[in-house]
Amino acid sequence: MRTVIYPAKFEFLDEIRDFVAEVARDGGFDDKEIYSVQLAADEAASNIIEHAYEGIADGQIELTCEVRGAELIISMQDHGKSFDSKKVKKPNLKVGLSERQIGGLGIYLIRKLRDEVKYRSSGTGNLLTMIKRKG
Amino acid sequence: MEITTKEFKHCVMLNLNGRVDSFTAPQFSKAMDKINEAGTYKIVVNMSGLEYMSSAGFRALLATQRNCKRYNRGEVVLAMVPARIHEALELAGFTELFRTFDDALAAVGQF
Repeated sequence: MRTVIYPAKFEFLDEIRDFVAEVARDGGFDDKEIYSVQLAADEAASNIIEHAYEGIADGQIELTCEVRGAELIISMQDHGKSFDSKKVKKPNLKVGLSERQIGGLGIYLIRKLRDEVKYRSSGTGNLLTMIKRKG
Repeated sequence: MEITTKEFKHCVMLNLNGRVDSFTAPQFSKAMDKINEAGTYKIVVNMSGLEYMSSAGFRALLATQRNCKRYNRGEVVLAMVPARIHEALELAGFTELFRTFDDALAAVGQF
């Protein structure tokens, strides 16, 4: 299990993606799976920065990665505002250009790219756990 | 992320290279806005050198597509979309909103 603490700033997304890719690669995940792991981690971290830490400049994201058998478990702990992703409406992908929603896309992608997504909010912040299975 | 643009008679090709995420997407948006502000609404986004794009990049594309298609004055089309990025665009339901071309010059030529 490896844990790294990142400043909750968009300029660290590159490092966050590199870190999860390295753990996934060491765990034997293929290139396609690694890309989807990077994308899900990026979307999750972007949401934390944008929503949980909205208006907060010095937030942190505690990122933990672990490969357990065929599973890659990524968790992100923040100390920002409670943010329940379940309340974000699924974007309607059937509607045309003019009605297409701009928001909610990140969470939708996380749900699509992961095999399991768990979310826990407490008084001290949020813990998001995403599981990706190999193959 | 690195952006270069090339003007053609009927459109502008925007070569998008590197990684587009929440950090770099505003710069991508700005580059497309600049093309629109100069009066061109037909844009080919050449993704041959693109390594990565998150939903922040998708949102930038969507906003520009809306602006370009208004009054039927133009369109954003995508060229040489790498497989991984195409899969993500498909997952997000974006492949129905953008025409894609395997060849960048063919995309220019159809305008």
